[in-house]
Amino acid sequence: MTMTPAKVPRELDSPLDGGVGESRRRPDGTLKVTGEFAYSSDLWLEGMLWGVTLRSPHPRARIRSIDVSEALAHPGVEAVLTHEDVPGFKFYGLEHKDQPVLAIDQVRYQGEPVALVAADHPEVARRAAAKIKVDYEVLTPITDARRAAFDPDCEKVHEDGNVVRHQPVIFGGDVAEARAGADVIVSETFEVGIQDQAFLGPESGLAVPGEDGGVDLYVATQWMHSDLWQIAPCLGLPEEKVRMTMAGVGGAFGGREDLSMQIHAAMLAMRTGKPVKIVYNREESFFGHVHRHPARMRYEYGATRDGKLVFAEAEIILDGGAYASSTPNVVGNAASLGVGPYKIPSIRVDAYGVYTNNPPCGAMRGFGAVQACFAYESMMDRMAAALGLDPVTFRQINAAHPGDALATGQVLEHMAPLAEMLGRLKAMPMPPERDAAGHDLRELPGGVSNTTHGEGVRRGVGYGVGIKNICFSEGFDDYSTARVRLSIIGGEPTVLVHTSAAEVGQGLVTLKAQIARSELGVRRVTIAPADNQVGSAGSSSASRQSYMTGGAVKVACEAVRERMFKLFEERLGRPPASLAEAVEHLPEVLGDEVIDETREFHHHRTERMDPVTGQANSHTQLAICVHRAVVDVDVELGLVKVVELAAVQDVGKIMNPLSLEGQIHGGTAQGLGLALMEEIVVADGKVRNPSFTDYLIPTILDMPPMRLDILEYADPRAPYGLRGAGEPPTLSSTPAIVAAIRDASGLALTRVPVRPEHIAGSS
Amino acid sequence: MRVNFTVNGVEQTADDVWEGESLLYVLRERVGLPGSKNACEQGECGSCTVYLDGTPVCACLVAAGQAEGREVRTVEGLADGERLDPIQEAFVECGAVQCGFCTPGLLVQAHDLIERVPEPSDPEIREALAGNLCRCTGYEKILDAVRLAAARKAEAGR
Ligand code: FES
Ligand code: FES
Repeated sequence: MTMTPAKVPRELDSPLDGGVGESRRRPDGTLKVTGEFAYSSDLWLEGMLWGVTLRSPHPRARIRSIDVSEALAHPGVEAVLTHEDVPGFKFYGLEHKDQPVLAIDQVRYQGEPVALVAADHPEVARRAAAKIKVDYEVLTPITDARRAAFDPDCEKVHEDGNVVRHQPVIFGGDVAEARAGADVIVSETFEVGIQDQAFLGPESGLAVPGEDGGVDLYVATQWMHSDLWQIAPCLGLPEEKVRMTMAGVGGAFGGREDLSMQIHAAMLAMRTGKPVKIVYNREESFFGHVHRHPARMRYEYGATRDGKLVFAEAEIILDGGAYASSTPNVVGNAASLGVGPYKIPSIRVDAYGVYTNNPPCGAMRGFGAVQACFAYESMMDRMAAALGLDPVTFRQINAAHPGDALATGQVLEHMAPLAEMLGRLKAMPMPPERDAAGHDLRELPGGVSNTTHGEGVRRGVGYGVGIKNICFSEGFDDYSTARVRLSIIGGEPTVLVHTSAAEVGQGLVTLKAQIARSELGVRRVTIAPADNQVGSAGSSSASRQSYMTGGAVKVACEAVRERMFKLFEERLGRPPASLAEAVEHLPEVLGDEVIDETREFHHHRTERMDPVTGQANSHTQLAICVHRAVVDVDVELGLVKVVELAAVQDVGKIMNPLSLEGQIHGGTAQGLGLALMEEIVVADGKVRNPSFTDYLIPTILDMPPMRLDILEYADPRAPYGLRGAGEPPTLSSTPAIVAAIRDASGLALTRVPVRPEHIAGSS
Repeated sequence: MRVNFTVNGVEQTADDVWEGESLLYVLRERVGLPGSKNACEQGECGSCTVYLDGTPVCACLVAAGQAEGREVRTVEGLADGERLDPIQEAFVECGAVQCGFCTPGLLVQAHDLIERVPEPSDPEIREALAGNLCRCTGYEKILDAVRLAAARKAEAGR
């Protein structure tokens, strides 16, 4: 008998009406507000063990020996495992298999997993883990990404060199010549700190050993099949013996693209023959997933006196930390989108992803485009100021329009013109002026800390533009699979939609039901739990699931509809007059039969970037969001209160207004976090603030009201004309807020997050 | 040790509780009520908020032994049978739930707010919910939901 956890992901009934374009209730909403929804940390099985991971305290060290004997003898402990116990291939990774399942002879970052313990209580497991004796020879960590990349004398993090990827982009005329012809030249170096996804649901899951020697895994992930393709070889199992079910996901934002506890829990379960649950606590979570790459970016722009950009040159260095993760693609994004959606006749960008002994970095919402956006938007403001032009006007003069080429030569198509978006943004009403008397303390910088009653407080306004690629780029054959089943249940036509796509909070379960209802005209739609019994859906990242899994559900529904019409004709001797008629007669036409269709949806092919020039149609779709920030800054204390954020975004087609607004709000909030507070502080390769006490994310007091203007310029290649929407607002809100602080304070501010000491001048 | 307490109106006994265990752990792992969430276990996120004798607390900061003989109400105890509490209903309706991990704690905290303050202003809502982190929504829809639930409650009381 296979064991099933006490709480498992279940089928979700969606509300009985509501097709594409409507704000429907989430099918999982009731479960989530009653506490019944089964998140990956909620799973429980009688007799299960708790797994704990021993991690390296050092960012770089050789391991001389590991002695597990004392830990193993600890009462209650059932297994202690090291790299020697990895049943199959000992390395994994998204793009390069460079990461050991458990450290082998050396550690390359602080927090690298070294050993595993399973015991009957989490505290027992923790105490036993503390008894594992690892003899480390501590080495000096390599922490300067620039040096790691360019200094030939620098030691290597991995044998094959420290540069994971260098991608140049060379567009138009010669930059040196263009420089000679520029009237005004500005240059600056920018920095972006390490941002964390800080999803609230910690990494967790349950592994249940199967009777066939395989394993059942209940985990929270963004791409189940990518997990599977990495897990199975490490466990030495064929893929069909690793059965995966998506447990409830407590947010992701890129942080669940890489594996965390999956292989570890499976190893412990296979060794002990018992179910094993692993739940990271918050501190461990900061070490348990990759972060947003910190960046050092040197930019130089030239323009003519009348406000036309003539060249842009940029060097972007992204510190990928100890393992590659998705660094190669992050570099591709930073390079291809490195100067934003502007028309510039001569461009040279060099983006580098580098290995160091800093925390590993990979996917986070905005994926390489965020870092560059902060730099190029800061440059746009800098140049506008140097020319004495209004920042919006300057952007409008240089905005790329549909039909214009980006730095990679890719031509913008089927999207809202940026200049017009900026015009709409500027025309949006402004929040009321702060009135000098009688203001609420809670609305001032410093809030109820009562640091000011308005003295020293100045208002500022800033703008930001961001462009993000939607779906996977650079020639990747990106696809999703959907299975749609139509049958009569209790006399009523009922549709079951089954995919392996990760619902991470974004509302894909709602959208799948809306699409099925629109395409098939039935009321009752049920969403099956996501598992690997159906083909890959690709990742819930790159703002791609509405496009890709939405597209897959659509084509599977079309196949079901075709079959339904054919059956109608066979039984009634004529084609149905309409979808409604076909559905009306379904009970008699279908009887006990079932229509069950599975389809794959692929987006149009893209191209790899040329390794020398970066030229290519590398992106599937592009999306722009523009933000205006209004801030109050206490320039004496360096405290910032964001008063309002307004955004204009082109989404192609509004599929579900409520979820869409939620995505824009949430993305904007993460951009605010990067602008003002969020940074993993690292010194000598060690993380100084792995807790929500010291790593701050925006609270409801930090977030201002948000005004949205959503445009629908359909993309004819995308299902329903939609454009991915989750990431672009994360790009543009950060530079808008920093520009507003500059406007209020007159300071240059070249680094995010902006800290009080940067404004008050005490650093 | 053994801990006896009442959860959502039902008497519960948890055996073999370690002295270091929190109320949150006992709720989630020993009495089968994992609705309250474990996002930091340090009192920083509010995901574990429950009522303890009628006052919202972070269950991760309460030692299990402190709950002895007391009354706990969790997110699982907000609805009246199948009927959702107005604050639960409003959260679903307004799109205040995305991943939903913050939701149980926010619901208890917001429930308490509109019990105490009939029609809270925006600054009052923000202040009351300042200890509850949400990473997904940017809080706009959460404000909408609290306003809606408060208005409905006021309407019903009129
Ligand atoms: S889990 Fe209790 S406050 Fe975060
Ligand atoms: S809905 Fe995900 S943390 Fe709030």
